[in-house]
Amino acid sequence: MRIPYRPLAIGLVTLAFSALVLARAQAGDRHFFAPVADPIVKEECGSCHLAFAPSMLPARSWQRMMGELDKHFGDNASLDPATAEKITSYLVANAGDAGGQRYSSKLLKGVTPGAAPQRITELPKWVSEHRKVPDWEWCHKEVRTKANCVACHTAAEQGYYEE
Amino acid sequence: MKNMLVVTSGIVAMILSTSTIASPREDLLAQYAAAAKVTSFSAARGQALHTQSSSGGKPDTPSCTTCHGKDTRSAGRALTGKTIEPVAVSVTPTRYTDPAKVEKWFKRNCTEVLGRECTPQEKGDWLTFVIGQ
Ligand code: HEC
Ligand code: HEC
Ligand code: HEC
Repeated sequence: MRIPYRPLAIGLVTLAFSALVLARAQAGDRHFFAPVADPIVKEECGSCHLAFAPSMLPARSWQRMMGELDKHFGDNASLDPATAEKITSYLVANAGDAGGQRYSSKLLKGVTPGAAPQRITELPKWVSEHRKVPDWEWCHKEVRTKANCVACHTAAEQGYYEE
Repeated sequence: MKNMLVVTSGIVAMILSTSTIASPREDLLAQYAAAAKVTSFSAARGQALHTQSSSGGKPDTPSCTTCHGKDTRSAGRALTGKTIEPVAVSVTPTRYTDPAKVEKWFKRNCTEVLGRECTPQEKGDWLTFVIGQ
């Protein structure tokens, strides 16, 4: 009996490939944080650093941050009141604890209820996800700071945080 | 019909040419000149402002070049690692066309570097410098 190697091999490759695609698609969901879509928010909150995904912090974090932009991590990021108000509504409406944001709540796991953390990079879940990143990587000159997500997550602007 | 089209495109062309990207920059310079009570600016003084080190502002941002880089035609980098488009108009032609944006960043960045706002004279000199780059 002749074994049909060719069709078998093709079948196997197809199977492996679709498994891969499936795994990637699932990973894609888990690692996806919708990027800022509002042009004003992108301009005003994305010029000094990546415009962080609003779903990475709870609404009260954004409210507090927007109320003290003159003391923004050592910088003065003040805006005129009308612009600030528009940005606050956008961030709050898309915050990690706004209804139906299943995936981002993952990053908010372990945050004390009622707390308004100001740094994504200090969220318990963020810290544990980055536990295994070696010190020399943080000190690399292209990285500069933990908040420079794009240095390691090259697709962060598009919302994807894979390794 | 054809005439209409010609007239319309003529009007469109006129609107476009009166709002070319050069004029907001000229308006800004005129405003700074009026405020500084001068008739011209110096690119050399602008360059000096750009490259000098100051101890008046924050210790980690002694100079405009800290973020914008020494070469005006190359990209700069904010302290957070984010890339900043070159400040030279020849490389980034869209620059300094939104007066509110220009004013906002002059205010923020002069305070960071010098510990005070820039004077209209300084703003005009600096703009003249980067427009010529
Ligand atoms: C003038 C520059 C500037 C502007 C404009 C600015 N930021 Fe920041 N932001 C900073 C700096 C500097 C840090 C601290 C980064 C670090 O620690 O490396 C920071 C940090 C942050 C962090 C915490 C990052 C972390 O460590 O998890 C968040 C969140 C943030 N900014 C949100 C915003 C929002 C929202 C806006 C728009 C309203 C904004 N930023 C506009 C300079 C700016
Ligand atoms: C020095 C490089 C580096 C920087 C900077 C960095 N990360 Fe990461 N990040 C990693 C690595 C590596 C992993 C995977 C860790 C693992 O799986 O052990 C990771 C994992 C993650 C995950 C989990 C993805 C998953 O597997 O579910 C998220 C979310 C994330 N990072 C978000 C961020 C955000 C937001 C920032 C910026 C505020 C950031 N990271 C900055 C290297 C970095
Ligand atoms: C801490 C980093 C930093 C320093 C220091 C800095 N800048 Fe900037 N500058 C920025 C960022 C970020 C932007 C906004 C992003 C962009 O326009 O690409 C900007 C934008 C500007 C703009 C507006 C550009 C436009 O297209 O309208 C002007 C004007 C400007 N800077 C002038 C200066 C001057 C003058 C100095 C020195 C006194 C200086 N900057 C120092 C970070 C800096």
